[in-house]
Amino acid sequence: MKIAVASGKGGTGKTTVAVNMAVSLGNAQLLDCDVEEPNCNLFLGHPLQKVRDVGIQIPSISRDKCNSCRKCAEACRFNALAVLPTGIMLFPQLCHGCGACSLVCPQDAISETTHVIGTVERSASSARRVELYQGVLNIGEPMASPVIRALKQYIDDSRTVILDSPPGTSCPVISSITGTDYCILVTEPTPFGLHDLLLAVELVKELQIPYGVIINRHGTGDDSVEGYCYENNIPVLMKIPYDRRITELYSEGIPFVLQMPHWKDQFLNLFIKLQVLTGRY
Amino acid sequence: MIKQITVISGKGGTGKTTLTAAFATLACNALIADCDVDAANLHLILDPVLTDRLDFYGMKVAAIDRDKCCACGLCREGCRFGAITEGFVIDIHACEGCGVCELVCPEGAIVMKDHKAGEIYRSITRFGPFVHARLGIGEDTGGKLVSMVRKNAMEMAKMHGNELIIIDGPPGIGCSVIASISGVDLVFIVTEPSVSAIHDLERVIEVADHFRIKAVVCINRYDVNAEKTAHIEEYCRKKGVDVAGKLPLSDVPTKAMLEGRTVIEYKDDVFAGRVQDIWYRVHKELI
Repeated sequence: MKIAVASGKGGTGKTTVAVNMAVSLGNAQLLDCDVEEPNCNLFLGHPLQKVRDVGIQIPSISRDKCNSCRKCAEACRFNALAVLPTGIMLFPQLCHGCGACSLVCPQDAISETTHVIGTVERSASSARRVELYQGVLNIGEPMASPVIRALKQYIDDSRTVILDSPPGTSCPVISSITGTDYCILVTEPTPFGLHDLLLAVELVKELQIPYGVIINRHGTGDDSVEGYCYENNIPVLMKIPYDRRITELYSEGIPFVLQMPHWKDQFLNLFIKLQVLTGRY
Repeated sequence: MIKQITVISGKGGTGKTTLTAAFATLACNALIADCDVDAANLHLILDPVLTDRLDFYGMKVAAIDRDKCCACGLCREGCRFGAITEGFVIDIHACEGCGVCELVCPEGAIVMKDHKAGEIYRSITRFGPFVHARLGIGEDTGGKLVSMVRKNAMEMAKMHGNELIIIDGPPGIGCSVIASISGVDLVFIVTEPSVSAIHDLERVIEVADHFRIKAVVCINRYDVNAEKTAHIEEYCRKKGVDVAGKLPLSDVPTKAMLEGRTVIEYKDDVFAGRVQDIWYRVHKELI
């Protein structure tokens, strides 16, 4: 089963839920899809090894063959090519690697080279029962989705896979949660939390992924999130109370189930609940 | 010259919007822009009165004319984003709008069509003019929409004679963040003493460095972990980044939010005072 952990709002506890569930289950694959800011391994502390670079194909223009006809710059819808008196100039950060420029070049002056935008890494030792894979987007690179797609190629369908998604509702989130069997939406019981939960619900509905809600820092804020879930028949899978101890363990990078073992049972129960909800139990 | 400051954090949920709203209360003659177009929240506190609504068109998307399509498959071969299904239907979430399919189609069956990807709102609030936006679900043009929000903010600030634009930024370090900070005078980074937030802070400082933008840091909930707070202060000192102030773990931001107020408007002088001190230091950086 592939379980995605997402949220509209950032900082609601996605990583907390993903890591503590993986640690509680013991045997699982954990994919950190928040490639802009991957944090899961701060809680696992696995030695990591690089499994691959992630690149996109960007044009390389032969000055000898190019006659500055401008066709490539006109074909590029991302404004990644500019025609200067000295020739064609490429802005690699704007290039999406679509290949339109080389298709239209009448001089056959454009070949392609790989521009590395990030990497995929994994736990170095396969002896560990929680196997972590993470994508890392390089600083200054704008496009997260190609890194996420590369990362997801390492999904082992025979195992339980937990995917920690980035915040928001735009394309990196879609890249992360597409193809999963269930999506847990983590929120907090505040007006911001509710507002962004509504956006996240819209997204999972559109992608037709079954979903439920975990309310983190329960006891702060108000009960509007819970009210919304009950009114709309959205399962509230778990409530994690606001507890200074959990906050402190989080700050140290310690999965709280390790210090508060009764929570391990709660996460195991959660997993069984998800199996029931997806017809696997 | 209109000055611009962007509030970012790397990690989400550290308090960007809480502090942006507080700065909006404290600033004199500022325009506020919410560039967290994915999950905008600032309007929940600022309670804007809408004056204008603009459609945002992102990249065009491909559309296949069924009658002309001969199912030759060249478009599927040419598309590098897997956006054309076996039945020759465009997956609009996967389509990046590059137009390669249109270029390779021998039947002229594919045209690139305008695609509304969101909305931009101009409004008035009790703290001054405000621009925010909503990106459609699953859209991939966040960076472009952020640039449009900033363009609208600049136009509106000139019109209203504002001296400062305060921008609430998105989490992360990708396209929306880059678009939110490019060309601003200062980035204000909100962090907290946790391993995650510190990791993300280091990456976001690198991004600011990469684009040569001056940064200052605020440590929120500093009392949760004294050791990690000391670590952040030491790291910032080494990097030559000022720590503009520290805020304690408090229920004031949530309580104020429930009342639809900023932490400055909320009746807690101690917390408000600390935020005020931070604002004065930030303001000094800007003038």
